[in-house]
Amino acid sequence: MSHFPLWPAQASGYATEVDHLTIAIFVLVMLLSAPVFILMLVFAVKYRRGRAANRAHRIDHNMALELSWAIVPFLLLLIFYVWATRLYFDIHRAPPDALEIQVVAKQWMWKFQHPRGQREINDLHIPVGKPVRLTMASQDVIHSLFIPALRLKQDVVPGRYTSLWFKADKEGSYPLRCSQFCGADHSLMGGHVFVLSQAAYARWLDQAGVDQSLAAQGEALFRSRGCSGCHGPASTVKAPALNGLFGKEVPLESGQTVIADEQYIRDSILLPQSQIAAGYPHIMPTFQNVLSEADVLKLVAYIKSLGAEPREAPR
Amino acid sequence: MTEQAYVSGPYVDAEQQRAAGLMGMYVFLGSEIMLFGGLFAAALVIRVLYPHEVVEASKALHIWIGAINTAVLLTSSLAVAVAVHAARQGQRRTVVMLFAIAAVLGVAFLAIKAFEYSREYADGVLPGFSDPARFTGNVEHLFMNLYLIATALHALHVTVGVALLSGVATFVGTERLLLPRRSIVVENTGLYWHLVDAIWVFLYPVLYLAR
Amino acid sequence: MSIRTLKAGPDRDNLDDRGLSETPAQRTSYLRAGNSLRSWFFTTDHKRIALLYLVSVTIFFFVGGTAAALVRIDLLEPNGLILSNEGYNRAFTLHGVIMVWFFLIPSIPNTFGNFLIPIMIGARDMAFPRLNLASWYIYILGGLFTVYVLISGGVDTGWTFYTPLSSMFANGKVVLAATAVFIVGFSSILTGLNFIVTVHKLRCPGMTWGRLPLFVWSHYATALILVLATPVLAITLALIAAERLFGVGIFNPALGGDPLLYQHLFWFYSHPAVYIMILPALGVVSELVAAAARKPVFGYNFVAGCSIAIAAIGFLVWGHHMFVSGQSIYASAVFSFLSLAVAVPSGIKVYNWTATLYKGHIAIDPPFLFAASFIGLFVVGGLTGLILAMLAVDVHVHDTYFVVAHFHYIMVGGTVAAYFGALHYWWPKITGRLYPLIWGRLTALMIFLGFNLTFFPQFILGYLGMPRRYHHYPPEFHVLNVFSSTGASILAVTYLLPFLYLFWSFRYGDAAGPNPWGATGLEWTIPSPPPKHNFESVPTVDGPPYDYPIEREGRHD
Repeated sequence: MSHFPLWPAQASGYATEVDHLTIAIFVLVMLLSAPVFILMLVFAVKYRRGRAANRAHRIDHNMALELSWAIVPFLLLLIFYVWATRLYFDIHRAPPDALEIQVVAKQWMWKFQHPRGQREINDLHIPVGKPVRLTMASQDVIHSLFIPALRLKQDVVPGRYTSLWFKADKEGSYPLRCSQFCGADHSLMGGHVFVLSQAAYARWLDQAGVDQSLAAQGEALFRSRGCSGCHGPASTVKAPALNGLFGKEVPLESGQTVIADEQYIRDSILLPQSQIAAGYPHIMPTFQNVLSEADVLKLVAYIKSLGAEPREAPR
Repeated sequence: MTEQAYVSGPYVDAEQQRAAGLMGMYVFLGSEIMLFGGLFAAALVIRVLYPHEVVEASKALHIWIGAINTAVLLTSSLAVAVAVHAARQGQRRTVVMLFAIAAVLGVAFLAIKAFEYSREYADGVLPGFSDPARFTGNVEHLFMNLYLIATALHALHVTVGVALLSGVATFVGTERLLLPRRSIVVENTGLYWHLVDAIWVFLYPVLYLAR
Repeated sequence: MSIRTLKAGPDRDNLDDRGLSETPAQRTSYLRAGNSLRSWFFTTDHKRIALLYLVSVTIFFFVGGTAAALVRIDLLEPNGLILSNEGYNRAFTLHGVIMVWFFLIPSIPNTFGNFLIPIMIGARDMAFPRLNLASWYIYILGGLFTVYVLISGGVDTGWTFYTPLSSMFANGKVVLAATAVFIVGFSSILTGLNFIVTVHKLRCPGMTWGRLPLFVWSHYATALILVLATPVLAITLALIAAERLFGVGIFNPALGGDPLLYQHLFWFYSHPAVYIMILPALGVVSELVAAAARKPVFGYNFVAGCSIAIAAIGFLVWGHHMFVSGQSIYASAVFSFLSLAVAVPSGIKVYNWTATLYKGHIAIDPPFLFAASFIGLFVVGGLTGLILAMLAVDVHVHDTYFVVAHFHYIMVGGTVAAYFGALHYWWPKITGRLYPLIWGRLTALMIFLGFNLTFFPQFILGYLGMPRRYHHYPPEFHVLNVFSSTGASILAVTYLLPFLYLFWSFRYGDAAGPNPWGATGLEWTIPSPPPKHNFESVPTVDGPPYDYPIEREGRHD
């Protein structure tokens, strides 16, 4: 029984805002419920059976009164609804300059990979004061990444990408847990988030040394798995070019258009028949049992790296 | 026998008992609709997620076999509707005959359905029995899974319905169920059969006509 | 019990012979209408079926409670005291499955609802007595499946059976457990159907909708949910079984199936299921408060209408279980809003009960204490529910002990308190005997204190960041977990207490008389215990419900 905290650490401005909201709504809740508790006690004493009291002209109903205690609390709650919903929308809109980290969850560990290829398991090192965006995939069941000090949590669902972004403002180490029940060792699936100064983060990246960046690893896969055979510039097969694809609108055969985001690229690799770009034949095979979630994330990183400015096609 | 003899348990008169019986059946059918409602919701989700592939997958189904089955069920429902009318008039023989026809049509539906499953098995697209690798895509596999579960659950309901129709026909025929006093039993059986029919009328376009 | 008492053999022809312990009313009651096992197990009398449920539901309450005890004992230490990880997972799964489907859902409706609804509306029985008995047998069949799951190794998916954990990864007896729940679902549907038709068709002359006791109104709302939501659960569990057994599934992400679809279907049932658990309790509390205060319930129309409103809006809020699941943020915003809306009718009820006490003649008897403890705990549970409906807060406390504490305040603090309240209020009617009130008061108080000690620390644990279903937890959560386990041990002892004095009263308690509480309502106009067919002749109602006398003149003494 070491220390005995009553409030969780705050590692970001967002965490502080959530705490303000929580405290404010807690006060509202107290205001709404206090009359019930106080009056029940008062009435139980004052109108105790057998005790003399003025009980004349009691009322059975009062429409105005009843409507008021239906509507007034609801209107008060709406203020908090707007507040809470705005905060929630904020954490679902990552700034474009966020540091991209890929996360793969499996029973029972977290795997993180930094943009330049550094990998770590269960622990996550991030720089302070810089937005970080996690793109997360699960290899088996549903997990949920929970960082209490950031007041953030996001389920990691097999078959789709989910994401989470935050900006930690305070250096330190904070627990990271799995909060969606995922089997036998669910409670052991966790580690720490280390929020480092920019300099310390740069040092950590160097120490954690890697051969290749994530995009470069993706490029290697792109060639070794034969993607370049069709999607490369020299190919004779009619396949969509991938340069500058990321973030663009893609017209589909079905007449709809989709934004080429991470999820679209992932689906196109694993479920190629599901959203076919208009004007191309249905010839791409699935890579479902060939590529792991980590591999797919590398390919996604590679295709994203082709995005910003049109470069030469894959060498 | 007097009317009173048919009033049992908590009821004060035959009309009350009849109304309660009818209402009980309607509530039960509401519950049944929600049972299939879950499957229809799933079908809708798949359709929205993968509009193109669902259309493709739907082409694997034998649209004409489904159409014949629709006709078979609708005909049986007509027979049941007429039977219910006859039951109210106390026309025992008509009820027995029409229920028998409906039951035979129900069996015919099941036979045609079985034949259809065997064709799909031969085509290699019957989930659980065929090699999953035979499916051209995941969504087709998914769609066929939904097709199999929905139609199998419906076939189960048809089987129960056929048993009910035959049972009631037997009881009416042997006068263990007297008409028109107990016509409520015929009516409720009829209602159940109409529901089974109606569910198929929705399953058919959702699955077969998705193309 | 009755059988044993009878064997002792009082002179059955002489109604004045009290024999060992039998009042004249008991001699002519449903309790003595046939003594064979057959007369109990093949009875179609709604009162006897209610007692069958009372016994079986209570047994499952203690099985589920034992699982809870294992969980709480194990959590005394940060790394577990007695169980392995798998053992712990099985214990909390079993606790959830049994408590939700074999105790909470049938608890009040199938016992007190079954016993009281026909009497309250002036009917001789349920609309379909044999269906009522069949429903009990189906419940028992489902229960036997669960017991088999329990002894054959258990299941470790959590009561929520989330895919793909349940359909592809878990090792336990998932299909059998799902089958058990599937079966017991049919029992729910049949009971709900029976309630609906009974309330519609069997009301006695003069018992208009506006005169129905609020207990009946809330059971009617419950029945609507039972009939319309349970089949969705049935098909969802069937899909899990198909995926697990035959690989024919539609949730499997490897096929492009959607695990979130499972959650949508599951919560489409399971959120309304929460209202199945709480609505009957709300009805009980309305009766208890009115009887304790000897006053009509304040705003009858609002309270009755709120039951229906809760049932209706309850179908539209399921997505608030999925704010961090990856569903669309716009969907989340809508579900958050609707979740605030569903709190309004619950709030009205609470305020109206408080207003009912104003200028009443409040008897501080066990029924009132249980009702008051219900209101207090329900308010805490409901308002923390509002906090959970706030999107940004939910992101932090979702799937933590905050949620665990919240729903235990509703379901255990609320429903179990109401269950005990109902037991203490209608016990004299059911058995014809009085029990020592002081013991009832003590039980009510101890349950309230033990409950708060158990579950209040869990709110703090949740906000601190302890996820639910955690076998190992960080040492800084140790103190609060020890508090919680201590409270649980008080609860465990207190739950056993009523056994002693209620059993004692069944044999030695004073005769209750038709109306020991001086309450209104048709059930208090007939002998306690009621005769086999409830009413000598069909009653006629000619006044409003809760028609207590009114003091017109001010009385300042």
